[in-house]
Amino acid sequence: MKRIGVFVCHCGINIAETVDVKRVAEEALKMDGVAYAQDYIYMCSEPGQALVREKIKEEKLDAVIIAACSPNLHESTFRTAAEEAGLNPWQCEIANIREQCSWVHSDREKATSKAINIVGTIVQKTRLNESLEPIPVSITKKALVIGGGIAGIQAALDIADSGYKVILVEKESSIGGHMAQLSETFPTLDCSQCILTPKMVAAGKHPNIELMTYSEIEEVSGYVGNFKVRIRRKAAFVDWSKCNGCGLCMEKCPSKVSSVFDRELAKHGAIYVPFPQAVPNKPVIDKDSCIYFKSGKCRLCEKVCEIGAIDFEQEDRFVEEEVGAIITATGFETLPVADLAEYGAGDVPDVIDGLAFERLLSASGPTVGEVRRPSDGTIPKEIVFVQCAGSRDPERYKPYCSKICCMYTTKHALLYKHRVHDGQPYIFYIDIRTGGKGYEEFYHNAEEEEGIIYLRGKVAKIFRDGDKTVVWGTDTLTGRNIEIAADLVVLATAMIPKDSTAELVKKLRIQTGPNGFLSEAHPKLRPVESINSGFYIAGAAQGPKDIPETVAQASAAACKVISLFSRDHLEQDPAIAWVDEDLCGSCRICISVCPYDAREFDEEKGIVIVNEALCEGCGSCVAACACGATQQRNLSDSQIKSMVTASLGGG
Amino acid sequence: MSENTGLAPPKSPPIRLTREIVNAGFKQRVNELSGQHMDACYQCGNCSSGCPLAQEMDILPSRVMRLVQLGQSDDIINGGTIWICASCFQCTVRCPKGIDIQAVMDALRQIAMEEGVDHFGPDQISPELAASVPQPGLVGVYRKLAT
Ligand SMILES: Cc1cc2nc3c(=O)[nH]c(=O)nc-3n(C[C@H](O)[C@H](O)[C@H](O)COP(=O)(O)OP(=O)(O)OC[C@H]3O[C@@H](n4cnc5c(N)ncnc54)[C@H](O)[C@@H]3O)c2cc1C
Ligand code: SF4
Ligand code: SF4
Ligand code: SF4
Ligand code: SF4
Repeated sequence: MKRIGVFVCHCGINIAETVDVKRVAEEALKMDGVAYAQDYIYMCSEPGQALVREKIKEEKLDAVIIAACSPNLHESTFRTAAEEAGLNPWQCEIANIREQCSWVHSDREKATSKAINIVGTIVQKTRLNESLEPIPVSITKKALVIGGGIAGIQAALDIADSGYKVILVEKESSIGGHMAQLSETFPTLDCSQCILTPKMVAAGKHPNIELMTYSEIEEVSGYVGNFKVRIRRKAAFVDWSKCNGCGLCMEKCPSKVSSVFDRELAKHGAIYVPFPQAVPNKPVIDKDSCIYFKSGKCRLCEKVCEIGAIDFEQEDRFVEEEVGAIITATGFETLPVADLAEYGAGDVPDVIDGLAFERLLSASGPTVGEVRRPSDGTIPKEIVFVQCAGSRDPERYKPYCSKICCMYTTKHALLYKHRVHDGQPYIFYIDIRTGGKGYEEFYHNAEEEEGIIYLRGKVAKIFRDGDKTVVWGTDTLTGRNIEIAADLVVLATAMIPKDSTAELVKKLRIQTGPNGFLSEAHPKLRPVESINSGFYIAGAAQGPKDIPETVAQASAAACKVISLFSRDHLEQDPAIAWVDEDLCGSCRICISVCPYDAREFDEEKGIVIVNEALCEGCGSCVAACACGATQQRNLSDSQIKSMVTASLGGG
Repeated sequence: MSENTGLAPPKSPPIRLTREIVNAGFKQRVNELSGQHMDACYQCGNCSSGCPLAQEMDILPSRVMRLVQLGQSDDIINGGTIWICASCFQCTVRCPKGIDIQAVMDALRQIAMEEGVDHFGPDQISPELAASVPQPGLVGVYRKLAT
């Protein structure tokens, strides 16, 4: 019989306060197969691990059980310790008596007997554990980055600089994302374009980066190290390999379309580049507004284009790529003003959102940086900023704080004051949140020295009265309601995930949280990884964040990819499903239940096999298999049966 | 003195803010007279928390600061707070932004007197009360209110 050692952790008082750890060790020693048992204050500490190593040798143990916290935390720590002492790592098991026992109970007597029970079940499992070897998996050392905002650009550059190939897929015709729309950036007020453009150009020219703009992900299959990706390259109706970016076509195009980039404050032709610094600087034709596509007449652009780059026959193309890791950096958008009924639902003139105001402030924007209101082009003298427009409103809109709007609203008021000296900015807020380096100082300066009036209270209503836009708010600091007849109102609308993200995550099979932002594997310790191996996340797609945080996260995600690529091969956990070929009746039910597409019919053998690289060991197919042909390694039917018996008090 | 006992909330019509109200007159005058910078106040409330006479006031010191920021003079000038204030400097030593609130109170008293607002006068002291208050106390009060 196996000689099993049981080590019971106090976890300081985390476990010991509720569970009588000494008694757990004593009772464990009475169990069949247990040759040694001891409690210790911190098993995960170096002396704790040394104890495990020492006792494995001294007591000639064949397997060890650590009764402690969740295996998510320290399973690999203890398996490494066991391996160092000569055991196969799969002969080390964790009995979770913290998260599943001490933390959720208060009755010491009952918690102790439950802890003994948990240890008992794991003893049963361990008795029948096989020694396993990790499954080696090869790696394609090329990364895919989805989304070409500052997050995607930074991640791509970092990976490319370390010598690996990157494909950067961007939905729009140019990379840059929202940062390209911004005027100056808090807290240092550097011009956004000036710090972004060099990075865009670097990404465009990097020998290791292949830019695929105006492209979208169609399909993703495979697993960490070995993904297959199908990418749709949308028809631009311009042959980019010929186009030299002269811009003649755009000058001549008679069609007029509201510019999405300029938040509808300006128009461009049906053939356009979104902004002058675009990378690549190549135009696309918007089929829906092109006169030729609608009526069969025009083709002016084609006439003026001397090199013949216009190609009305172009169709979407599809390319297949193989990559080893995928970073999703699809960014954000903002809650539409139309969704905010009490703020005019987009129907009150001169109520705009923060991004539109960025365009008004931008030197390359539709007003060349002069603040002019949309309705009549006059310069607003009374300007109201409304924070938390749709944020922190769990009843009606978004429950979360959008995190960046406090800072950018102060920036907006400040930049407005720099341009309109005799104008008066007011900011309505619930709280001012300035948690960042230099942020509080930025805000204090604005409040003290720039004459910006901060009013503490949420705005209840905005409506038009003549050529004024009236704002009804309050100032809880005076206990008085406030009414301002404003010339322009700017709403700091909630940051929400990019709409296409929901569809994309289904293709990638990665998770999002309740508000649609990408989920990280662990909120503190694994902030740039998705739960599914090989997928990484960065930027505002994961949650509201500003540029410094976005860039830090992008570099962190890149670093994870680089560390993955620095290995010769990957090791897959072997505790996964396997099939007894003689028993499989090829009913294929397993194929339909596997959430990871790991089960496939093998024509030659006439049975359903397990793709070991894809199997995550979830056990769905094991439970579904009517013939009992599919089993899970180290969780066989007989193991589970004896564990259930032990947990019911049998032995 | 104000009728307001502080028990019932004052009637509060909305303040109609304009750049003229915010920038003209009152706040600037308080800045000049007190040598303080009213916009520096970030409404932490420390001056009110530490004020030994706060429970006697109809408007707390921090709210006085706030009303000045918004150019709202009426409630302050006609209210009791600036006269209740004993110039004890508790607020001034506590203010995290280094504002001398006591100096602001002084400035406000001066503005009130300039405007001829009826404030605490000898005729408001009943003979019985005058008899029970020590003379140096009465002299001290008039000295302060006459500056
Ligand atoms: C009004 C306003 C002012 C701001 N001011 C500042 C400031 O002063 N300072 C500061 O630090 N931060 C500021 N920010 C925040 C800043 O804009 C963000 O931190 C930053 O843009 C986040 O970058 P990102 O790359 O994560 O997302 P994005 O900029 O949104 O980029 C995402 C990119 O992914 C692309 N994409 C989306 N979906 C797909 C898909 N399915 N397939 C392919 N591509 C896709 C998008 O087209 C886009 O190019 C401001 C934000 C707003 C709204
Ligand atoms: S054919 Fe279309 S894109 Fe070309 S000039 Fe005419 S409207 Fe513009
Ligand atoms: S950052 Fe500020 S304005 Fe934006 S939601 Fe949070 S508290 Fe409101
Ligand atoms: S100086 Fe006046 S306001 Fe300041 S703490 Fe003393 S009594 Fe209160
Ligand atoms: S202590 Fe200073 S900053 Fe705080 S509320 Fe009073 S005056 Fe304002």
